[in-house]
Amino acid sequence: MFYRESGDFSTTYAEDNQTFPIKFDRYRYYAVLAVAFLVIPFIINDYWANAVFVPFLIYAIAAIGLNILTGYCGQVSLGTGGFMAVGAYAVYKLMTAFPEVSMLVHVPLAGLITAGVVTLFGLPSLRIKGFYLAVATLAAQFFLVWLFNKVPWFYNYSASGQISAPERDVIGIIITGPNTEAWAKYMICLIFVTLAALIARNLTRGSVGRKWMAIRDMDIAAEIIGVNPMMAKLTAFAVSGFFIGIAGALFFSVYLGAAEVGESFGIDKSFLVLFMVIIGGLGSIFGSFAGAAFMVLLPVFLKNVFVGLLGWPTDLAAHLQFIVSGGLIIVFLILEPHGLAQLWRLAKEKLRLWPFPH
Amino acid sequence: MNALTGGNYTTADGRKIGNTMMEMKNITLRFGGVVAIKDISFDINEGEIRAIIGPNGAGKSSMLNVISGFYNPQEGEVWFHGKKRPPMRPYQVARQGIARTFQNIALFEGMSVLDNVMTGRLTHMKAGMLSQMIWKGKAEAEETANREIVEKIIDFLEIQAIRKTPVGRLPYGLKKRVELARALAAEPKLLLLDEPMAGMNVEEKEDMSRFILSMNDEFGTTIALIEHDMGVVMDLSDRVVVMDYGKKIGDGTPDDVRNNQEVIDAYLGVAHD
Ligand SMILES: Nc1ncnc2c1ncn2[C@@H]1O[C@H](COP(=O)(O)OP(=O)(O)OP(=O)(O)O)[C@@H](O)[C@H]1O
Ligand SMILES: [Mg+2]
Repeated sequence: MFYRESGDFSTTYAEDNQTFPIKFDRYRYYAVLAVAFLVIPFIINDYWANAVFVPFLIYAIAAIGLNILTGYCGQVSLGTGGFMAVGAYAVYKLMTAFPEVSMLVHVPLAGLITAGVVTLFGLPSLRIKGFYLAVATLAAQFFLVWLFNKVPWFYNYSASGQISAPERDVIGIIITGPNTEAWAKYMICLIFVTLAALIARNLTRGSVGRKWMAIRDMDIAAEIIGVNPMMAKLTAFAVSGFFIGIAGALFFSVYLGAAEVGESFGIDKSFLVLFMVIIGGLGSIFGSFAGAAFMVLLPVFLKNVFVGLLGWPTDLAAHLQFIVSGGLIIVFLILEPHGLAQLWRLAKEKLRLWPFPH
Repeated sequence: MNALTGGNYTTADGRKIGNTMMEMKNITLRFGGVVAIKDISFDINEGEIRAIIGPNGAGKSSMLNVISGFYNPQEGEVWFHGKKRPPMRPYQVARQGIARTFQNIALFEGMSVLDNVMTGRLTHMKAGMLSQMIWKGKAEAEETANREIVEKIIDFLEIQAIRKTPVGRLPYGLKKRVELARALAAEPKLLLLDEPMAGMNVEEKEDMSRFILSMNDEFGTTIALIEHDMGVVMDLSDRVVVMDYGKKIGDGTPDDVRNNQEVIDAYLGVAHD
């Protein structure tokens, strides 16, 4: 009886429709926010920021984006890496062309640009589904990487073909460039991830979200209740692209600092984010966080075990790491296809009954 | 043609039937070589319960699919509220106030009963993306207002106890009821029901008949329904269209139809020439 719903009555429909209708969940959520905003920034160091927290937060945004498209609207995409690249190159062009404008403007703007591009690549979804759509988005992935490599305008004609983020600050705090402090990187990503999660949650609980899910579950029935499939799919591509673009912009400007498109935004990124969404749970915002945490922490954890604990050579450990994470993903997909979010729901159902299982 | 065409009559049980709401004129629908509907005309009046009956493969579902915009007939015209309707997509038809259920249930299996019924309100929900993003003002108010309407329908159809259950877990009879709730949530002017009682036991059929009658009576919903159970059809409907092999072989009150020789032949399986 640690976890309970009884005694928790909703007296209005608005209350019943809250993000966390159960008080206990709500308190836990506030506690997480308090730790994230008020504790971690004061104790974080470079290692934890770069190895764990910053990539986790940024991938969580990308996973939320892909989850909206795939988990909520049922449209498969293998273009996430390329779409993140759009965000990255958009923010690069913006921050170099308009150095005086705040990053708080540039990053969402890069998201909007990505939203437009992704919507364009979403057009085939009006005709094709499933496997064929996946192949079409895969083509988008390769096309975008090729484009950013091929057209020097995108990387400002730099000799290396790389893009690198100049130093920019927000209210005097440096958030990009080599002089950025760990806590500042963490904070800027935390702010964006919090906003992204709130927006995604709001969209998915209202009428837009129901249109997406209707299309996902049965497009014929969706049409019969008045959903325009074209609008529903394209809004999903747009919103998804917005978040993925923001993730790409932060990944390049705050996390990497310098990037080469094929290396940083290749097909492996597309799969990585897709795994996060599948492992975390399709159609769940919480699952997007869980999946991102799992995929970011797993290699860190394995590396610590293999190299730190067992003292194996790093290259052997790196290869083993691939095998183990690949294996775990397969095991996971077989044992719990609904992801970590479902495990969490089941755990809560158990807790509600504990210690009387019947 | 029969005496009741054109509407404006009073039924035996004293309900007033209004003007013609929908008129199908000389509809022909082909699938390649198969002619599913052959030159059929009939009308539906405001406030009426109109049944479409006929043996398997007669073209009944195809007719509903023409009304709801899934198929565009090769020949013929659809008139709605006195206007000729251009070819339309199903979602455009829905926005004109026509809702339906399917012969094989078409619910959103991944969503709860409540969410499924809420999707029925989508044509009434107008809050923009931005308002929904911040969930303040219009979006929140609209959600609550529509939830109230949906809860009334949930009460009406007696599915309160399962409102948070995922639809995938429900037995067949309840799924049919949830699908009806979703269609009703749209507050349609015209409700199309494709075999709402197929596969139900006597008790479930009685419940469903009761719901259909009170929908028509309390909300004034015009209903067109396909049904195989003759007893149900004769009890519920004001007028009946009979189809066989894509053709209309009868049209009139249940009594007219019951005494029509061609209809009797079709149901007894008299050989076609
Ligand atoms: N999409 C389609 N493509 C090809 N033929 C079709 C299609 N839909 C229906 N038909 C054919 O049209 C004819 C009428 O089918 P329809 O489903 O309208 O019959 P029905 O009266 O609803 O029968 P039932 O009582 O079995 O539901 C049948 O011969 C069927 O095979
Ligand atoms: Mg049928």
